Amino acid sequence: MTNRFIGQGVKRKEDPRLVSGTSTYVDDIVLPGMLYMTVVRSIHAHARIKNIDVTRAKGMDGVHAVLTGEDTKTLGSVPCAGQLPDLKIPAHPPLARGKVRFAGEPVAIVVAADRYVGADAAEEVDVEYEPLEAVVDPEKAIEPGATVLHEEWDDNVAFRWGFENGNTDEAFEKAEHVTKHRLINQRLAPIAMETRGVVANVQMPDEELVVWSSTQIPHLLKTQVAVMLGIPENKTRVITPEVGGGFGSKLNVYAEEGLVAYAARLLGKPVKWIESRRENLAATIHGRDQIQDVELALKKDGTILGMRLYVVADLGAYHQLLTPIIPTLTALLAPGAYGTPAFKVDIVGVFTNKMSTDAYRGAGRPESTYLIERIMDIAAGELNLDPVEIRRRNFPDPDQFPFQTSGGVVYDSANYQKAMERALEMADYDGLRKKQDELRKQGQYMGIGISSYVEICAMGPSTAMPSGGWESGTVRIEPTGKVTVLTGASPHGQGQETSFAQIAADELGLEMSDIVVLHGDTARIPYGIGTFGSRGTAVGGTAMYLAIQDLKEKMKKIAAHILGSEPGKIEFGVGKLSVPGEEDKSISFNDVVTEAYVARNIPQGVEPGLEATRFFEPSNFTFPFGTHICTVDIDGETGEIRLTRYIAVDDCGNVINPLLVEGQLHGGIVQGVAQALHEEVVYDENGQLLTGSLMDYAIPRAQDFPMIEMDRTVTPSPVNPLGVKGVGEAGTIGSTPCVVNAVVDALAPFGVKDITMPLRSEKIWRILKGGSSS
Amino acid sequence: MKRRISITINGTSHHAEVEPRLLLTHFIRDLAGLTGTHVGCETSICGACTVLVDGAAVKSCTMFAVQADGAEVVTIEGMARDGQLHPLQESFWEKHGLQCGYCTPGMIMCSHQLLATNSTPSEHEIRTGLDGNLCRCTGYQNIVLAVADAAEKMRDRSSAAPGS
Repeated sequence: MTNRFIGQGVKRKEDPRLVSGTSTYVDDIVLPGMLYMTVVRSIHAHARIKNIDVTRAKGMDGVHAVLTGEDTKTLGSVPCAGQLPDLKIPAHPPLARGKVRFAGEPVAIVVAADRYVGADAAEEVDVEYEPLEAVVDPEKAIEPGATVLHEEWDDNVAFRWGFENGNTDEAFEKAEHVTKHRLINQRLAPIAMETRGVVANVQMPDEELVVWSSTQIPHLLKTQVAVMLGIPENKTRVITPEVGGGFGSKLNVYAEEGLVAYAARLLGKPVKWIESRRENLAATIHGRDQIQDVELALKKDGTILGMRLYVVADLGAYHQLLTPIIPTLTALLAPGAYGTPAFKVDIVGVFTNKMSTDAYRGAGRPESTYLIERIMDIAAGELNLDPVEIRRRNFPDPDQFPFQTSGGVVYDSANYQKAMERALEMADYDGLRKKQDELRKQGQYMGIGISSYVEICAMGPSTAMPSGGWESGTVRIEPTGKVTVLTGASPHGQGQETSFAQIAADELGLEMSDIVVLHGDTARIPYGIGTFGSRGTAVGGTAMYLAIQDLKEKMKKIAAHILGSEPGKIEFGVGKLSVPGEEDKSISFNDVVTEAYVARNIPQGVEPGLEATRFFEPSNFTFPFGTHICTVDIDGETGEIRLTRYIAVDDCGNVINPLLVEGQLHGGIVQGVAQALHEEVVYDENGQLLTGSLMDYAIPRAQDFPMIEMDRTVTPSPVNPLGVKGVGEAGTIGSTPCVVNAVVDALAPFGVKDITMPLRSEKIWRILKGGSSS
Repeated sequence: MKRRISITINGTSHHAEVEPRLLLTHFIRDLAGLTGTHVGCETSICGACTVLVDGAAVKSCTMFAVQADGAEVVTIEGMARDGQLHPLQESFWEKHGLQCGYCTPGMIMCSHQLLATNSTPSEHEIRTGLDGNLCRCTGYQNIVLAVADAAEKMRDRSSAAPGS
């Protein structure tokens, strides 16, 4: 049967509720008698708590409870799923006990009649601190004699980890040229437009704890909330209503999720907490924050012989769910799209008095792509090669895939050359270089940037994941022929209610309107992992696809029985099952469904009903790739950078819905460009957060961008039967170095080799005026 | 302390005694129960809370309810008519101008004001017109296309003004 929906830009099923304002996000939930939780947070980056006086706050009208770390000792630690040799995992109580370790750390909670009363009462909680020296610089943090955050250990080193594949010493001995550079990947804030939020209620008669949370991982959260509270998991239910963006920041288990549930159980009333944007910047996970020393051993013709990498990763004060894992992903992908025969990496993870870093869109891979794509440009400059040429000379050939890398992973399928050639063609690269020469003669600064990325998606095989890399999919064909899909994936803007329905409709020969895709309620969805790591369709979609195949086999058996044929001869058409070439042997889809439920005329050995659940375990990650090219103009007077063109050729394997794929890429590219140009979480030398609101933390606006010009190549993945790879993070990964390469290229006449992100106009202005580039 | 106020929202008048510090956005969400208006930053930067107050796009997270006493407010719930989506709502849907949907009500309300003052905006005018509204999902590209598409639709069907 030909596809009617797969590959089409089908309008989203999610949108009518979203454009009409009738959807339900966490803050839209109102329960009878509901109370409101407000969090009192540390004003210091590092301090001992001498005393907390809650008397005044407790006595205020409308205040139901004020709780501190001492009052909530039975509540378990905020969990970390990271596993590394000799990893230090400090205690992480939801409310600080004895000491605070970052500005914004929860110290007490107020539970009050509403958010206004709660804010008033929180002001009256009197916390007496003894400030300690703040540890802010991760390199100084690991020097001998540095103040130690977690006093059960002697230093601030959370882990040291690394590996070597191939012989790097030999590569560097043989090298005709060595390029060395230090790159800084600054700290970022994910900024989902909906902040975090939690509602919890104990529902009678079974005392089931129901937690509504704006999360990407409802099932993992259910398990962890039950563990934190010490209650049976089978009396714990998590519901994710509409989730207003995540970008990795909601791939976590937070103190507040435990605290709201604790308060609801303690008071026997529903409790709500909605994070303010200020709290979101201070106490929702940050991303990136690595210092990278990179060395590349090359031949004079640009061929890479080997690479050494040393990373200092600033982890912040505590481990959130995946904090220590993120920098290790940087190592796996550091060789990028190039056949680097030898690679050695050493990573040190460091505790500092800041919010934890964790998974932010790309999660470890933007850091690797940035370092390899920047060092390639720097090397090209030193060897007097065009940035395109040095890349071309190091790409593996398409027939070398699956390709074992020195990063220790096996790239599934690719044709890097094809994507790059297409991007060069779209950009008219040679024409751009000519134009640049002319503009330089006129004293104008135009730059051209290129980045050829590869990334890790479809996370992932369980052997490589901290807590399961599979996904569940249940498909139920109801007695009336309507189809209900239950997926363990937990989309929050990706549109999988639509893309999964496209797959189901085509596979079963039904209409889009016949399919409903449900997710995000642990009471009705079989256990799943969630949506992150560009895994939704490749892993979750495949689980659903496999369940559909089970049902199709069963329906073929029933149809064959009724039609007097053989199951192997039956094919699915639109609304029917039939034997090709035998016109009388045809039965409607709904009639087969009826037979399956009535169960009076089904073959022996076939069970009644039509429901199947599959748990798909992928055999490998998938590795999407692409080439991005952009141009920038720099204002010679102000240093302002104007992004003038952005060309993206991406390959994410087969595409279910091009509209959604393009949307993911647009958003990802803009986020990645924003890292290059605008965004940075800044703490001062005392560990105070200077970028504490959206007035200070610069996320991009509509007028910062031209229309992105896009195309795709299609190299299906062999890892799953859909041939899809994943696309959620690709844009973010490819775009950051592309823009920095363009700006450095524009300023090449000034001898500029590198500029530290974000490339604010002030930095550029200083270069133009003859100052330093760092 | 409390003041008695009356605000008409989407044609229905809502009376309440409120503290002077109550934000308009909380009046709309908590007292009128219209939760389509979202709060994203509490500092009037992100625009998720944008509503029309007497026809002008206003960020309701930084306006007190008492300041809107006697005003006519239109929220996202007031845009569709007789079960028919407003052209802006249709265009955001058709052009994939939203992903998580959280910024969408504010984007639509702000775009409404933009198109009320300029029925043929250029790409540049749309981009600058939406400068006060942040979206983290779409990269704005399809929002710009959606607004341009809606402008065209609204020129074709001149009777689409809400709240009138």
